[in-house]
Amino acid sequence: MPEITRDDVAHVARLARLSLTEEELDLFTGQLAAVLDHARDVEALDVADVAPTAHPLPLRNVLRADVPGPSLDRDEVLAAAPAVEDDRFAVPPVLGEEP
Amino acid sequence: MAATAQEIAAAIAAGQRRAVDVLDEHLAAIGARDGELHAFNLVTTEHARADAEAVDRGERPGPLAGVPVALKDNLCTRGIPTTCSSRILEGWRPPYDATVVTRLRDAGAVLVGKTNLDEFAMGSSTENSAFGATRNPHDVTRVPGGSSGGSAAAVAAGFAPVALGSDTGGSIRQPAALCGVVGVKPTYGAVSRYGLIAFASSLDQIGPFTTTVADAALVLEVIAGHDPMDSTSIDGPAPSLLEVLDHGVDGLRVGVVRELLGEGIAPDVRARTEAAAEALAAAGAKVDEASVPAAIYGLSAYYLIAPSEASSNLARYDGVRYGLRVDAANTAEMNTATRTAGFGPEVKRRIMLGTYALSSGYYDAYYGKAQRVRTLIIRDFQAAYEQFDVLLSPTSPTTAFELGAKTADPLSMYMNDVCTIPSNLSGDPAMSVPYGAGADGLPVGVQVMAPALGEPVMFRVAAALERSLA
Amino acid sequence: MSEGMRNGWELVVGLEVHCELATQTKIFCGCRNVFGAPPNTNICPVCLGLPGSLPVLNEEAVHLAMRLGMALGCSVEPSIFHRKNYFYPDMPKDYQVSQYDQPINVDGSIELADGSVVGIERAHLEEDTGKSTHVGGGGRINEAERSLVDYNRAGVPLVEIVSRPDITSAEQAKAYVNELRAILLATGASDAKMEEGSMRVDANVSVRRRGEPLGTRCEIKNLNSVRSLVRAIEYEAERQIDVLQAGERIVQETRHWDEAGGRTRPGRSKEEAEDYRYFPEPDLVPVEPDDAWRQRVRDELPLLPAARRARLATAVPATAGVALVVERGLDELVLDAITAGGDPGRLLTHAEHNVLEAGALTAESFAALSRMEVEGALTATQAKTVLAELVLTGGDPAAIAATHGFEALDESDLASTLDAIIAENPEAFEKLKAGDGKVIGFFTGQVMKATQGKADGKRVAALLQEKAKS
Repeated sequence: MPEITRDDVAHVARLARLSLTEEELDLFTGQLAAVLDHARDVEALDVADVAPTAHPLPLRNVLRADVPGPSLDRDEVLAAAPAVEDDRFAVPPVLGEEP
Repeated sequence: MAATAQEIAAAIAAGQRRAVDVLDEHLAAIGARDGELHAFNLVTTEHARADAEAVDRGERPGPLAGVPVALKDNLCTRGIPTTCSSRILEGWRPPYDATVVTRLRDAGAVLVGKTNLDEFAMGSSTENSAFGATRNPHDVTRVPGGSSGGSAAAVAAGFAPVALGSDTGGSIRQPAALCGVVGVKPTYGAVSRYGLIAFASSLDQIGPFTTTVADAALVLEVIAGHDPMDSTSIDGPAPSLLEVLDHGVDGLRVGVVRELLGEGIAPDVRARTEAAAEALAAAGAKVDEASVPAAIYGLSAYYLIAPSEASSNLARYDGVRYGLRVDAANTAEMNTATRTAGFGPEVKRRIMLGTYALSSGYYDAYYGKAQRVRTLIIRDFQAAYEQFDVLLSPTSPTTAFELGAKTADPLSMYMNDVCTIPSNLSGDPAMSVPYGAGADGLPVGVQVMAPALGEPVMFRVAAALERSLA
Repeated sequence: MSEGMRNGWELVVGLEVHCELATQTKIFCGCRNVFGAPPNTNICPVCLGLPGSLPVLNEEAVHLAMRLGMALGCSVEPSIFHRKNYFYPDMPKDYQVSQYDQPINVDGSIELADGSVVGIERAHLEEDTGKSTHVGGGGRINEAERSLVDYNRAGVPLVEIVSRPDITSAEQAKAYVNELRAILLATGASDAKMEEGSMRVDANVSVRRRGEPLGTRCEIKNLNSVRSLVRAIEYEAERQIDVLQAGERIVQETRHWDEAGGRTRPGRSKEEAEDYRYFPEPDLVPVEPDDAWRQRVRDELPLLPAARRARLATAVPATAGVALVVERGLDELVLDAITAGGDPGRLLTHAEHNVLEAGALTAESFAALSRMEVEGALTATQAKTVLAELVLTGGDPAAIAATHGFEALDESDLASTLDAIIAENPEAFEKLKAGDGKVIGFFTGQVMKATQGKADGKRVAALLQEKAKS
């Protein structure tokens, strides 16, 4: 795989809603490249016919009954909110519609 | 020597001691030394007093009645600030308790406070805390390890006989080793994660810090067992561990893992590990060299899988519903300003690394591949466990290093986890047992590993090691 | 059909329909799944995505998803959940738990009322988001000063049904949505109310010249009714044809239907396309329904609309009214009336034109009524009146007819009445002989007046034609 570039880091920072200064961009690019470089040892491994492990446990079909349980007290939840209006969480306007 | 949890529980149950007196002793110890050590983010004096008084009134019977317990500050405690040592959750009071917290309360435990950690459990030294580092009680110029450094230090300093931590890549075991206490990572799924603020979901597990193996067994019996609130929780009761501690190791097959005794291991640590192997042999075990070849890829796989899951788990910290908000003209800018101000550099590093490893075009090469390497590691462990009942290795490559020694180079910090990471990837249980001191007089821990659900045999061996030092 | 459609252009439409499942509780927690509750009253740590929370899958959601999948002719597969990662304030975790490359239902199809077949690519499970309202600046999203979020809907179980791009007209799209709604209602999987948001439709629209490969498509959102769906597809088809005929290219984008303006508009520009970074959800385990469960679901499947149409069509002489009658839910009544000896042709015609709801009408009285008509005891018009009363208050058709003084006019009375009226209106009769069909209505009206409605309109017309020829 190609080495991670400054543009790559800027791109993932945007995707992750992080803003970096120019110095941070340089610093992080170098650091991330070092970590990924270390991970190159797995690149050489041939694991094409090895199944990925998403869970260490072989659990299947863990389900709950469709029976109502307690909900939270709205006041307690809204008390922790940065901004509340009309019993709803208030945020600055959204630019762009929901994907 | 501070009293153990077993001793305290027995004395209180027998009416020989009062819970409030036990509590006051521990609060005094905290008051005397935590200013220097900073093991705690918060000491919950009033809650603790109320808990202890209720024990003394006979209202809270249980195997841990009156035992002071400290909780890593990534475990949700209702109405009590839970910060993950991050500015983004500073002051946040969860409206619910983690399952382990409920189980400890139901067992009569007295919660004394929330302990410091590397921010969002990302680190191996607790230096990534947004609220200042924790110092190693054995030498305050050194780190206690991480990410559960506060919990390890609290137990090592006698602030509480029991503390809970969380372990994703070694975050219980490594600080246990550096602080000279017992630290256990159970089988994945053995202890409910409900209420543990997630770092890497397929790796995280909660476990105890204690001064003795028996205390760890006691705590695990209380907190482990199926939880319907956690879909990844094993469908069975907590294991019975106290009853097997005296069974000895006669005839047990112990494998010393070759790949985890490589050149990165300090000579004094290696010496203590070999001494532990000899002690087990002397006690009747069959000790030999074991091989888990894929273990050498553990670090690489981990540093692709863990940050990937973390990048997703930490997306919810967006300034909308709780925690820090830095206002801006629109929501996206508000998210960005909040997260930029609220997260420290290590957290940002891992979020970006994880975002990259999952991103379009890179998934197969990074995350996808790492999940397959994980399968190789699991297979190699399974093969080793056909020949051995438990495996042995150092817990940490070195004794506690100096504060600031590794902060400039993230990769050098990641190397601290080389021995502990493989069992997070496999999901098998592992624990660190204090085993003497290194050349510098600092604690060394030895790691005992067992197959999935092998806590009983793991604890048997750990208890034998502990006895061999007595 | 628009002019563009006629000039060798083809329309290609695929529909994505999100349906809220009719469970008691949400997909991953026990909060109630109800519409219209006060904001933020049906929330808990799980659906609010609080730090430390974990999902546990609702069995009924899986059951209904399987039932719906089977009703859509899909094959039910072992499935897993994936995380779809993106930031949006109505998403509590800033990722949506959904299904990606291993969905629960794949490869089905549905037959529409007109007999055409539309393929179903997949119907997968996912969680719904919260709901934002936009405040300030006129209430429209692009002028708002702030948005207010209610998480009651977050975590409601959804099945997303993705059709193949087999739809070739706006009318067929409408028929597809109506058929889907009928299936959802028949299976009880959802109450499918577009106005309440329990069924939401997005359209993927492209055009191409006949014989050419598929064109670039645009996704149209914000379709709040079937009428909007039809208008939007027609508008978008025209827009794309205009663009292509002008020699330009279609930009692949998401567009929004502007109901007031009657047009689609591009979504407000985002700096870059979303990268959802899908990865398997580590907090949930795979769902693999066993044969026993599948059989239970199969056994519960109701007779679906297409099967009901087929069943009715074999019992009646003409197929024209069949779809409508099934849609109204009158097919069983008609079939029962046929069994009770009624005339299939008359019964179908009445069900199609004269009955909206069965009300007090029984199969026996319906059958008797139809027999009175074919035996000539009642004219069609008289029968309609009796029928209306049977629906309203029930009773016996013969008795009701007698109360009204209905009896059909016998043939010779009819002929002489008609002759009299022809004699009084020679100019009109000349017009009739000359081929002016409109005067039939005039004559019929006169005959009706003269006989107090006892004449059978069709018989009058037939007689007139005979006399005109002679």
